Amino acid sequence: MMDAGRHPRIELLTLSEVVDVKGYVGNFQVRVRRNPRYVIEDLCTGCGLCVEACVWKNRVPAEFEEGMGMRNAAYMPFAQAVPLKAVIDPDSCLWLVKGRCGKRCQKACERGAIDFEMQEEFLDIKVGTVVLATGYDLTDDPQLERYGYGLFDNVIDGMQFERLSNAGGPTEGEILTKDGRVPEAVAFLHCIGSRDDEAREYCSRICCMYATKQAHLAQDKTGGRVYQFYIDMRTAGKGYEEFYKRVQKEGVDYIRGKGVEIEQENGRLLVRAEDTMLGRLVEVPVDMVVLCTAAVPARGAKELAQAFSISVDKDGFFAEAHPKLRPVSTNTDGIFLAGCCQSPKDIPDTVAQASAAAARALVLLSQGTVEVDPTTAQVVEERCSGCGECMVVCPYGAIELIEGKARVNEALCKGCGTCAAACLAKAIVAQHFTDEELVAQVLAIMSQDLAYA
Amino acid sequence: MSEDFEPRIIGFLCNWCSYAGADAAGTSRMGYPSNLRVVRVMCSGRVSPELVLRTFREGADGVLVLGCHIGDCHYTDGNHRTAKRMPVLRKLLSYVGIDPARLQMAWVSSSEAKRFTQVVSEFTETVRQLGPLELKGEA
Repeated sequence: MMDAGRHPRIELLTLSEVVDVKGYVGNFQVRVRRNPRYVIEDLCTGCGLCVEACVWKNRVPAEFEEGMGMRNAAYMPFAQAVPLKAVIDPDSCLWLVKGRCGKRCQKACERGAIDFEMQEEFLDIKVGTVVLATGYDLTDDPQLERYGYGLFDNVIDGMQFERLSNAGGPTEGEILTKDGRVPEAVAFLHCIGSRDDEAREYCSRICCMYATKQAHLAQDKTGGRVYQFYIDMRTAGKGYEEFYKRVQKEGVDYIRGKGVEIEQENGRLLVRAEDTMLGRLVEVPVDMVVLCTAAVPARGAKELAQAFSISVDKDGFFAEAHPKLRPVSTNTDGIFLAGCCQSPKDIPDTVAQASAAAARALVLLSQGTVEVDPTTAQVVEERCSGCGECMVVCPYGAIELIEGKARVNEALCKGCGTCAAACLAKAIVAQHFTDEELVAQVLAIMSQDLAYA
Repeated sequence: MSEDFEPRIIGFLCNWCSYAGADAAGTSRMGYPSNLRVVRVMCSGRVSPELVLRTFREGADGVLVLGCHIGDCHYTDGNHRTAKRMPVLRKLLSYVGIDPARLQMAWVSSSEAKRFTQVVSEFTETVRQLGPLELKGEA
């Protein structure tokens, strides 16, 4: 990330969102909204004096700590943030919310970098290609209530466990319950909200490996018992199966049977599951439960897909052009996909896909021109009434109404001919597959006898 | 009806799925009735109702429109248009004196060679039973 931040030809726009996209491959006009940081980036050195001085101390649940730790209203997003600059949260800063604060942050800053007058601004950028890599979130379905998520203490998800285990996290790397004790037993429940007819059918792919990693850490750090309630162990990558075996040998208990519910009992958490190998129900008391919750498209993915006019699949992930042969392209030329926004995958696969997406984008950028098939549609303007039917049926949004007449963007048209069939006036012509050409074939067929026996 | 009536069937096949499926049937040396003659289009969505009617007018006894399975259209949703147009057209055919069963729409993927031969065989038989289409009035 730091390399990207300091690369002379990469411009990092953080605190930003794409709000509108126009154009087509080679000629996209993207409108970006930059939300105000209230800190002038060119002046801020990331020294942290403003954060120290902020009076609203540790009162806001820190996004980076997955809600397990707190931050100030003026804060550094996290220790490795790029750019490493302070930001002021407009929803909790006393000055920005109530207009009542001594603004000690501003006084503490030795560079004069704090500016409460900052507004959101809009940038219009022209680009030739786009790579979408918006990643994933873990679900917070209401369905998780049966596991006590959000209700019971010490029922957490995988990301939250990562923060517990991290030396820079809220517990400085110790695995502790909410009241500060070392758990005697920790249970990991796989496939929560995934592989589930009632929630999502797909497998979230990353959980078997991270659960095994986290189980290894939990056992190493707590010395207690660690249970894994799984349906299948999906550890197919390079070195993954060996890792799974090793963790089993270290004493982590793998029980084949999905955890069905969690209850509180006698100050502990009770995991109810079926042990399919024993063929009976089990109830296992533990002190902490980690749920392997479903990986879902990141918040805002749907809106982004609409802005870029790309398709999403039934689970909300961005649709690739072909599941096997074109996994990084979309049906919109010039827009490519990388990482979990297309489907859940781990780091090596994401890196490979990102490299592929970059390569595809580079092909377009280095060629400088786009080759189109000649089988595009063309409008016969004299016949066009501007009804817009062709526009409606075009799968690629390649048709626009300009001054009451349809016009086809030849860079986007793929030559399917659906518009030509839809046009009642036959004002739009599918080149090389015109009505005349098709009828000519019909006439030729009908003029011959039904041949050979 | 003459016993040696051989129906003349014109099929509009989409390039990516059904035409490839028909080709697969050919390369696998699978037999199917030669009553069918194929006109290739890029997408089944290219087939307009007017084109089908013109085909009947030029003497076809049956018209077959084949495309990709829903969800698999090479052009994303061209076959959705087909799926709407053809059933509506079928209902209207009786108004112009054409038995609706003479128009058939089906989805055949590029790997479904066998299915292609089945669809064609069954449809050919259907049209054979219906007999020649004799449209009254000027051709």
